[in-house]
Amino acid sequence: MHEFSIAVNIVEIAEETAKLHHAEKISGIVLEIGEASGIVPEALEMAMQSAVKNTMLENAKITFIYIPAKAICNDCNKEFNPDNLIAVCPHCSSFNVTITSGKEMRVKSIEID
Amino acid sequence: MCDTCGCSNNSGYTIITSSGGHTHHGDDHQHPHTHPHQHDHGNEENHSHHHHSGKIIEVEKDALYHNNLLAERNRGFFEAKNIVALNLVSSPGAGKTLLLEKTVQSRQVKRIISVIEGDQQTTRDADRIKSAGVPVVQVNTGSGCHLDASMVHSALKELQPPDNSILMIENVGNLVCPAMFDLGETARVVVISVTEGEDKPLKYPYMFQSSHVCIINKTDLLPHLDFNLDELKNNALKINHHLQFFEISLRSGTGLENWLEWLNKQ
Repeated sequence: MHEFSIAVNIVEIAEETAKLHHAEKISGIVLEIGEASGIVPEALEMAMQSAVKNTMLENAKITFIYIPAKAICNDCNKEFNPDNLIAVCPHCSSFNVTITSGKEMRVKSIEID
Repeated sequence: MCDTCGCSNNSGYTIITSSGGHTHHGDDHQHPHTHPHQHDHGNEENHSHHHHSGKIIEVEKDALYHNNLLAERNRGFFEAKNIVALNLVSSPGAGKTLLLEKTVQSRQVKRIISVIEGDQQTTRDADRIKSAGVPVVQVNTGSGCHLDASMVHSALKELQPPDNSILMIENVGNLVCPAMFDLGETARVVVISVTEGEDKPLKYPYMFQSSHVCIINKTDLLPHLDFNLDELKNNALKINHHLQFFEISLRSGTGLENWLEWLNKQ
């Protein structure tokens, strides 16, 4: 259940940013979550519901953008979409691959009034 | 609700206990949420905002930005004092505490060792380490399932590890959550025992991917098990081909010397 820690961190980042802009409420937040980030989407969505209570995000619309995992093979240089962290190159069966995207867990933007 | 793991145990809190017995409660846990609440969310990208008057502010910050920032402060502290900080992770019962005890008791490590013990409750592990004769601080995470950079930061103030020493941070026994939290460590050491199954690295890839060293413990039990050591290693290497292995029986001491040698080279 590290998703709850992450949700609390997300709320902190959003509130910190909103305060810098002298806002009192946050009406929306956009989160970017990679498929290989180690976050279970349902768990994070549930955790966010709890984490926003009594915060500036209480009634905010939360948008989750899930980013597909991408990897590049260091042996044959071809790009592919791995199923998960256990990335095997489908072209040359190499395990020597680098995940190039899909590990994000980012607060992309917030909306204030 | 607990800030750290989301469990509903309202007594969840972090406690730092030094080997001298001094205790204080961390103030980074709050439990203010009591009333039920619903709001809309989902995988929506159509941007049909209800608040057209709203102003969008680009944030572009990692969700663990605060933890990562504090982890870098810890890392800077370790570098400045030439401290080798190791983050020991494993499932419960793999042998992290025994590894610490055997390492200390060997008297073969050239540097001074100090220890931060992470557990949900009790000072049992800290008591074990203390009787082995090294400075130790216990961090109780309450209902939390992992150590984070701020807990280590607080524990460091209590422990005050000396220059040129080794700091062993024993994380909470859990192969999932601790993988996500950088503590500022120099290296991450995952301990797995041969009773756990060869497929553990595939089931818990994040932990094995983020580790530098893998200690395979309880090798004295191998004759009694249908356990394929090569298969475990191959599975771990699929996740992380840089992983360095040590096969150890902490019970008999077999293989411990290779680990001690590695420690002395750090």
